[in-house]
Amino acid sequence: MADESGVLVLGDSTGGELSSMSRELLTAGRKAADDLGEELAIGLLGATLDQPSQQAISYGADKVYAVTHPQLAQYQVDLYLAAMEALCRDVSPRIVLIGRTNEGRELAPRLAFRLGVGLAQDCLEISVDAGSKTLLANRPVYGGNAIAVVRCNYTPQIAAIRPKVYEPLEPDSSRQGQVVSFPVELDPSQARSQVVNVVEEAAEGVKLEDARVVVSGGRGLGGPEPFKDLETLANLLGGAVGASRAAVDSGWVPSSYQVGLTGKTITPEVYITVAISGASQHMAGCSGAKVIVAINKDAESNIFKEARYGVVGDWEQVVPAFTEAVRELTQS
Amino acid sequence: MPVSIAVLAKQVIDPEMPMAAFRIDADAKAVVPPSNIPPVVNGFDENAVEAALQIKDSQEASITVISTGTSFALDVMKKPLSMGADELVLLQDDAFENSIDSFFTAQLLAAAIRKLGGFDLIICGRQASDWDNAQVPLGVAEILGLSCISLGKKVEIKDGKVSVERITNDGYEVVEAPLPALVTVSNELGQPRYPTLRGIMAATRKQPTIWSSADLDADASQLEPRITLQELFVPVRDQQCEIIEGDDAADAGRQLALKLREAKLI
Ligand SMILES: Cc1cc2nc3c(=O)[nH]c(=O)nc-3n(C[C@H](O)[C@H](O)[C@H](O)COP(=O)(O)OP(=O)(O)OC[C@H]3O[C@@H](n4cnc5c(N)ncnc54)[C@H](O)[C@@H]3O)c2cc1C
Ligand SMILES: Cc1cc2nc3c(=O)[nH]c(=O)nc-3n(C[C@H](O)[C@H](O)[C@H](O)COP(=O)(O)OP(=O)(O)OC[C@H]3O[C@@H](n4cnc5c(N)ncnc54)[C@H](O)[C@@H]3O)c2cc1C
Repeated sequence: MADESGVLVLGDSTGGELSSMSRELLTAGRKAADDLGEELAIGLLGATLDQPSQQAISYGADKVYAVTHPQLAQYQVDLYLAAMEALCRDVSPRIVLIGRTNEGRELAPRLAFRLGVGLAQDCLEISVDAGSKTLLANRPVYGGNAIAVVRCNYTPQIAAIRPKVYEPLEPDSSRQGQVVSFPVELDPSQARSQVVNVVEEAAEGVKLEDARVVVSGGRGLGGPEPFKDLETLANLLGGAVGASRAAVDSGWVPSSYQVGLTGKTITPEVYITVAISGASQHMAGCSGAKVIVAINKDAESNIFKEARYGVVGDWEQVVPAFTEAVRELTQS
Repeated sequence: MPVSIAVLAKQVIDPEMPMAAFRIDADAKAVVPPSNIPPVVNGFDENAVEAALQIKDSQEASITVISTGTSFALDVMKKPLSMGADELVLLQDDAFENSIDSFFTAQLLAAAIRKLGGFDLIICGRQASDWDNAQVPLGVAEILGLSCISLGKKVEIKDGKVSVERITNDGYEVVEAPLPALVTVSNELGQPRYPTLRGIMAATRKQPTIWSSADLDADASQLEPRITLQELFVPVRDQQCEIIEGDDAADAGRQLALKLREAKLI
């Protein structure tokens, strides 16, 4: 690929709207493109893309490649990959940004391998060195115990960005940009795996990823029943319930509750942990919370190094009294 | 015909070690392995071994564990054998030092898989708990042109297909692909079985196959690292925690609610 230039975000839409991950990627991409003095484009995949294309421009894109095909209406990894590969080869960007969502976890590495280049995985921050036009990425390693700064040696330089670390820009509907249709040829037989059944296990009510307040429980709860108490508390606060991996592995709650490196990334205003020790792999999913509150009986527990407010005590005493007081305060 | 299964497993520093034991050498851009804590088989890779054994529980199957690295603790890497795997292949060479990237690692593993004649199913962990890259398996699938299903919590083979319960944001989905295929698994698969005494004895007698880079027919142009590590540092945390006191634990709980209200957080 000669003459690579510009930043290409690989985005998507949900329910006819530009996804929040795509908005976050446009923030990171806008800065990188400005530092390079080059263009910021976004490739959107789907069946109908008018509304998300316009939104992408108002969130910072200079150009939108609308990759439409009936086969792209539903996510299928092999077909999405084929479309992304075709777009990257045609556009020849210098930098490609993709979201480390559940889909991105499988798309980004496979795309990089197909293009014969490296991937900076699960990045918290990216920057470009204007002189050499190289991408530098900060990524947590060892469960977040250390941060590695990595450089991609091949072009396109690809980075997968962790969700919820970049804030979307203020949308500006007067921004001008160009929408280009990018037709792809896809053959359904390229889809080598097939989804035959979908099972939903997430709790009803406020979604964990979107909740303003999250109450999470850990191994110290000792069983599944106490999660009902956490649910009562979360309901009073208009929030959702999460869990540590230890609670999930014990079978007390489904894996969709898990917060952390290999679970969900959440950024609530208030994150209340109950009987969670604060392992780095857990904190990897919640360190973006504005305020962390810890209830734990061990004053030496790591969670008190991460929390803003803490109570050292047995949850069996602390949680009922806390819940009662919250009830009185929020209902008066 | 028995099903041939490969499990890709990595030796890592024990992620459960106390945080205080975690040290880096910033100049060498490396993590210093704690001297008194032995390495382990990456946790998700033990889940991968368990997934392979579950298949072997119900049908004839052979399980080959493959690993690459510069040096191995043989007793650690033999654990999959003592759990019930059949063969162990170690790709060991000083040239495979830790700073090589996922691209390089995947090329080596793919070359070894080719040399072994290929497998019906390759099972990997979702990510290695040291560099947390979650890339190698997807790369191996791309290099070998295999269909690939990631984040499995249950893996079955029926009618020439692999059927996987794949974890999603809100639950799971059942995904099928024709063999040969590659699958990655997560801890939701469940606790890996413990080695039996018989398994441990059998494993002591087994010798791993050890190959160096010269034994592998890997494309040299593909053995250029795609990623360079510029810097490694430990992030500073400067959070000050305000401990809320009370007459007793229950009162501290009440005081906490008042405090959060005062701060307009609830
Ligand atoms: C590669 C990898 C990925 C991982 N990904 C994740 C992830 O995504 N999410 C995640 O959460 N973990 C993850 N982990 C696991 C993580 O390392 C920890 O093992 C886990 O978070 C511990 O969960 P916990 O805090 O509930 O349990 P523990 O560490 O056992 O802590 C329990 C706490 O409860 C307290 N306690 C006990 N009884 C009481 C009581 N009566 N009242 C008050 N407090 C009490 C104890 O003092 C203790 O601090 C991962 C690990 C690895 C290796
Ligand atoms: C500080 C630091 C940061 C790094 N950052 C990057 C980066 O951003 N991008 C990059 O490409 N490389 C990076 N590397 C190199 C890289 O982390 C690893 O050496 C290599 O890429 C393997 O990745 P992983 O260990 O995270 O495995 P993962 O891809 O997370 O492993 C997933 C699964 O693949 C299998 N597997 C992985 N390694 C082996 C093995 N050696 N033998 C057998 N099976 C295995 C296992 O089943 C494992 O569960 C970095 C290295 C360092 C020192």
